[in-house]
Amino acid sequence: MSKSGFNGGERDVPLLPKRLAPVLFAFLLLLLFSVAASLSLGSRTSSLQELKDGLFHPAINTYGANVVRKRISRTVFSLCVGSALGVSGSLMQAVTRNPIADPSILGVNTGAALFVVCGIAFFQITTALQYIGAALAGAMITAVFVYGVGSMGRGGATPIKLALAGAATSAALSSAVSAILLPRSYVMDQYRFWQVGSVGSATWAGVAAFLPFLAIGLLIAVFSSAALNALALGDEAATGLGVRTGLLRLVSAFGGVLLCAATTALAGPIGFIGLLAPHVTRLFLGADLRYTIPASALSGAVFLTIADVIGRLLTYPGELEVGIVTAFVGAPVLILAARRAKVCT
Amino acid sequence: MKNETLAFIYSGRQQRRRRFAAVTILLGLLTAGLCCAMLLLGNTLYPVATVIEALRGETIKGATFAVKTIRLPRMCAGLFAGFSFGIAGSVFQTMLRNPLANPNIIGITSGSSAGAVFCIVLLHTNAATVYFASIASGLAAALVMFLLVNGGKFSNARLILVGIGVQAMLSAVVNYVLLKGSERDIPTAMRWLSGSLNGTWMTELYPLFIGVWTLTPVVLIYTKRLSMLELGEEAAATMGVNTSKTRAALMIGAVLLSSMATAATGPIAFVSFLAGPIAKRLVGYGNTNPLPAGLFGAALTLAADLLGQFAFETRFPVGVITGLLGAPYLILLLIRMNRTGAF
Repeated sequence: MSKSGFNGGERDVPLLPKRLAPVLFAFLLLLLFSVAASLSLGSRTSSLQELKDGLFHPAINTYGANVVRKRISRTVFSLCVGSALGVSGSLMQAVTRNPIADPSILGVNTGAALFVVCGIAFFQITTALQYIGAALAGAMITAVFVYGVGSMGRGGATPIKLALAGAATSAALSSAVSAILLPRSYVMDQYRFWQVGSVGSATWAGVAAFLPFLAIGLLIAVFSSAALNALALGDEAATGLGVRTGLLRLVSAFGGVLLCAATTALAGPIGFIGLLAPHVTRLFLGADLRYTIPASALSGAVFLTIADVIGRLLTYPGELEVGIVTAFVGAPVLILAARRAKVCT
Repeated sequence: MKNETLAFIYSGRQQRRRRFAAVTILLGLLTAGLCCAMLLLGNTLYPVATVIEALRGETIKGATFAVKTIRLPRMCAGLFAGFSFGIAGSVFQTMLRNPLANPNIIGITSGSSAGAVFCIVLLHTNAATVYFASIASGLAAALVMFLLVNGGKFSNARLILVGIGVQAMLSAVVNYVLLKGSERDIPTAMRWLSGSLNGTWMTELYPLFIGVWTLTPVVLIYTKRLSMLELGEEAAATMGVNTSKTRAALMIGAVLLSSMATAATGPIAFVSFLAGPIAKRLVGYGNTNPLPAGLFGAALTLAADLLGQFAFETRFPVGVITGLLGAPYLILLLIRMNRTGAF
């Protein structure tokens, strides 16, 4: 069916990736597995019975059941955050046509961090919405700046120029962060825990504040994915196909930055999921963004939740913050991507 | 005709030599002046004669402690660490032919600070072990990077990308250690995030002294080959430079210098990055001797520390000041490099 899709200009059936059904099934299975693991593993391992009690029998009020219930908000939050990061990475990679675009590599996370720190230090922000607002402003400005600097000159935004612009901006912004933090030990205390990136302190209020942003970002991603496919052919070809490239870039970059800024505001900077999820998804599903973007949401959620569980198991009975785990798993992926000759012009 | 051309070349060379000597001497004098300022300024201002007497070993109430225990180690740390950062940065920048490629950005200082933080906060070891761990982990980071990069032809772009990846992992280690450390260790460990000369002990600095005195000559000897390496890998090989040996020697020297300095003061932001290009601009292009860069690094570190101590209400560590000074320059440099198409 998929092979004979192009037939004399008639294309009534959309081309489906060859392995769509089995891959989606595998991702869903993994998702289920990671959710189960996240609900039952930790400093206290829950039994199957406790899992059932906690989830389906609200009347039962044993200690084990309550532990499972406490883990629900954390799991939901990590699923949301993971899918946001996966989609954000896909969008950024598509918009910049650059395989290494990721919020942490582009320095967007540090921009968000700077604004959040300024907010805590000078404007006494406390609510989740204020955090998101500050992070969003910082992330937007940094993204525009880094992309602007990285795309100057010959060849546009090549991976190496973007990465250097991101690393440099990140270094610059983090010295501003320390200049603000050092004289204010109360902010430092808050910041020390925030800067690692963790889903451990998730609350339902946090999830509720996060959901609208996730929804907007996902909608933007889904609706722009077909046009982004055309953009992958190059600006001229995309214009020829009737895509308004400027508007498309603006809207989908906004979606990508929105997603990662909301994540950074509530969970702290979590690196490399945005890099990892789209790459792994592409490995299985090919390059069609209409399928890889939703699938990246799935795989991002799976990766983040599994990373969180690994963090809980590695330093049992304490826990390793998820941002640290993802840096250790994700950085080698960046290195692998860099070792491929194609990245290095 | 031929003689005229030769005379022209000769006089140009003389001019460049004279400029190099003048700039180096001026930078040396500036650094010496800043060293004196470091010794003289402080909470209590002692007369110059008292400071000199205290340095000579006479016991004067108050002054001996202030000068010999607080100001002298601080001055030495700034001087030697700044010098090492400057030299190391300049060597890397020339060797990789990219002003952005310095130990900070490609992950070597992160390696050193990760090792040091781990020993200080989690293992509570003594200063010697911290040094050893810091240098070993800096070297290990460099080694891992080069193993990863060398799968094929050496490429600067690949080196930088791999370095950024390695650095991300190492800063995750630092963050983790800072998070697990007890409240009491955090001020000490904060140094490893931004770099500071505060509370340095003279005994902690001896390895750095030895390192600077032994490694600087080695690096300077390889300078001539470095200038040929700057023409490019192929051109240097054609002129008879053993490129891989030169690269290895310089790399090891620069990595050792920067990780020793990091072990003593923490990663002082942007010194290794700023010193090279500015010194080059002062000396004139075509001269790859890293000595002016080292002197400029020392002067920059000392000046930034003086600013951090006395210019603001709160005392900022030197790394924050150099970071704020260096950031705009970095951005400018990036913009200019991209305009001219350096990549």
